Amino acid sequence: MRGWRRTGTVRPFRGAETTYLSAMRPSDLLQPRPEGLYCPPGDFFIDPVRPVERALITHGHSDHARAGHAHVLATRQTLDIMALRYGENFAQGRQAAALGEKIDVGGVTVTFHPAGHVLGSAQIAVEKGGLRIVASGDYKRTRDATCAPFELVPCDVFITEATFALPVFRHPPPQEEIARLLKSVAQFPERSHLVGAYALGKAQRVMKELRQAGYDRPIHIHGALAKLSAYYQEEGIDLGTLEPATVEAGRKGDFAGAVVIGPPSAFADRWARRFPDPVSCFASGWMRIRQRARQRGVELPLILSDHCDWDELCQTIAGTGAGEVWVTHGREEALVRWCELQGIAARPLHLVGYEDEGD
Amino acid sequence: MKRFAELLDRLVLTPSRNGKLRLLTDYFRVTEDPDRGLALAAITGDLSIAAIKPAMLRALVAERVDPVLFGYSYDYVGDLAETVSLVWPARHDGDTASASHMTLAEVIAKLQSASRSDGPKVLAGLLDRSDIAARFAIIKLVTGGLRIGVSARLAKQAVADLGPVDVAEIEELWHGLEPPYTELFAWLEGRARKPERAAFALFRPVMLANPVGDGDLERLDPADYAAEWKWDGIRVQVSFEGGVRRLYSRTGDDISRAFPDLAGGIGFEAVLDGELLVGSPAATGTFSDLQQRLNRKTVSPKIMQNHPAFVRCYDLLQLDGEDVRALPFRQRRARLEDLVATLDPARFDLSPLVAFEDWKALEDLRIAPPHPIIEGVMLKRWDSPYLAGRPKGPWFKWKRDPHTVDAVLMYAQRGHGKRSSFYSDYTFGVWTGAEGEEELVPVGKAYFGFTDEELRQIDKYVRDNTVERFGPVRAVRADRRNGLVLEVAFEGLNRSTRHKSGVAMRFPRISRLRWDKPPAEADRIETLRELLDR
Repeated sequence: MRGWRRTGTVRPFRGAETTYLSAMRPSDLLQPRPEGLYCPPGDFFIDPVRPVERALITHGHSDHARAGHAHVLATRQTLDIMALRYGENFAQGRQAAALGEKIDVGGVTVTFHPAGHVLGSAQIAVEKGGLRIVASGDYKRTRDATCAPFELVPCDVFITEATFALPVFRHPPPQEEIARLLKSVAQFPERSHLVGAYALGKAQRVMKELRQAGYDRPIHIHGALAKLSAYYQEEGIDLGTLEPATVEAGRKGDFAGAVVIGPPSAFADRWARRFPDPVSCFASGWMRIRQRARQRGVELPLILSDHCDWDELCQTIAGTGAGEVWVTHGREEALVRWCELQGIAARPLHLVGYEDEGD
Repeated sequence: MKRFAELLDRLVLTPSRNGKLRLLTDYFRVTEDPDRGLALAAITGDLSIAAIKPAMLRALVAERVDPVLFGYSYDYVGDLAETVSLVWPARHDGDTASASHMTLAEVIAKLQSASRSDGPKVLAGLLDRSDIAARFAIIKLVTGGLRIGVSARLAKQAVADLGPVDVAEIEELWHGLEPPYTELFAWLEGRARKPERAAFALFRPVMLANPVGDGDLERLDPADYAAEWKWDGIRVQVSFEGGVRRLYSRTGDDISRAFPDLAGGIGFEAVLDGELLVGSPAATGTFSDLQQRLNRKTVSPKIMQNHPAFVRCYDLLQLDGEDVRALPFRQRRARLEDLVATLDPARFDLSPLVAFEDWKALEDLRIAPPHPIIEGVMLKRWDSPYLAGRPKGPWFKWKRDPHTVDAVLMYAQRGHGKRSSFYSDYTFGVWTGAEGEEELVPVGKAYFGFTDEELRQIDKYVRDNTVERFGPVRAVRADRRNGLVLEVAFEGLNRSTRHKSGVAMRFPRISRLRWDKPPAEADRIETLRELLDR
């Protein structure tokens, strides 16, 4: 059984070793395979979608972090989240990577850097022979008090997601969105506001944003959010008083004026009927498009995303200084087009198995 | 501007009437003059920005955004105004969003004062200095017709709620007022007297009838009532006064421009109440014919020639400057008969009285009316004055029974608002095809007519019998042996080229759930087609 080895040496980034550049081609260091992104010299996968021997995981969302790998290397928080979701035995062996710590995997140096996406999320930099590729997983640049902020890592090849890679996606400041929610709560005090938000990350972010806006009443939550929200609180992220949104506790009128957070799927479900004349809200970057909101029957869209918007994607690509960009899940063609216009080599990776709709 | 932009954003996605009213009334309450009045005018369609044309938008955006990226974006969003509002590059010179801080009045003044030649520049300048929500609102203003799911009538109701006053009072004043309606708001807030009716040919709120309920007729003496056919056209008020000629819908919308053949005819001095129909008094067209003339802002000579409009008159509100609304119906009717006899017979005729001995005799007439454009009978008390609104007693409508058809539930869609967790909008079909090869063809969609308890039952049925999902829509198991039969009531049937079945129902609703009926015994499309040919 091979483990992960911490290296004591500190490699300079693209220093004297640039002579190796010609020796190592990007596709020798990382390449798409049906299981996911594969590193031949290190013999590991990043966010594989099928069970593999060695997996490096960027973050805990279920399309990136799957159960069943033999060995998993991820940040401690991502490992904790996987254990919460899949049980303690989600892998045979696991190792926590500290942010910035250099880890040697079969002669390849691997470092984890915060991605600003959800608690524990990291970009993974893979380096060998003077060539550095950063697989950013999912990431965002907007301030988020529930996770460490994105760190810009200079690299030769930048692998970026493309969830919101169209110039129509421009996320407004989160405070404005929360202010609209609170205004509606005041305007319709006899109704309850049901906020759809994904269970890991978005839900806790909505709670935190509400608290930062001064909302101090209890927030009612769907059972599916309980474990992860408790974990966030244990990790020192204060989400205030959370109460289960159950009717056993009282009658329908009890939720008048309340803010209730649950997974988006629950609102189409019979679960939602316990609330008085609910205003259906959905916290997602998709809510930028009115037709999207209309299709889902959303009355109050909250444009709150855990991904970059178009401007942030472009700004990040430019900021890494990468001469080459690989684009994964989402609207690849628009981002590839933008890179071409900027004179940056770019290609879609066509990895399968990642949700390009989740947010 | 920011507040107006926010209001549009909310209205677009708020499904319930009460929700919309709350948003509008709150906006009118907290917004200053003249912004609120201009917003009201924009919503009611009484605001025009002449020099700026929607086509300019495409040209302006092409100068700013890579055409390939714009193409991807437009394909994705599907709506031009929205796409442009989102992809328009923000300026990073500290001036961004300053137009969002301009008042609505300032933005409208800029747009209205633009000339044809500097229109694009003025528009681009405003968009440059706006945030996304304000850009969307500005584009909506210049493209005209906000299309935000708020009728002029609903906006007037929201204004009335400020008082509160009866919406009829607003409608009566409306055409004598101009944006930004400062004197109207001042009156509603108790700061000024009610505005005077200053202009000629203003709308007068119409009198409406109650449906005949169970046992109503037993308490009434047939001798007290006149009967007329109930015409299935559109209710209009013909208001010719002081040389001004107007045609109003029953909610007070000025529809004169869509009917120049009526409003442009020989003048007289009167306000008439009647039914607008097409064809001629001698050969009246059906409701399908009438539809050719509806929902048009203007009308071509060809359509006017093929589908001429006329008014079948049944009441008189004013004659030669004298308001006759307080007179009993018997006297108004006598004067109406005298007047109509002097009018152009191709444009105006009289709705005839229907003689009857007793309710039974009238019912026989109601069940078998002599013309398809008749949808029942009207009862009017001989001694009743003409009253605004729907007073109980003087006027009754006694409609022909609706048509019904047994159809099979095919698709169900989730509702909105209170119904967002229920599958409450149903598409249903009837059988078509040869024996042994029958299949269902959708013939309509209905989302009311059932009780809350029945809604719960259908919802459960849909969830238990889903065969496919498409977003918020579920396809429900429906074949010869399995399926839910719905008895659907509807008022009439039109030919339709847009529907596969070739028919479109008017006012369909679920009248009964036929849990007992095997789907194979539901109706066939031929049953409906026969109705068309009648």
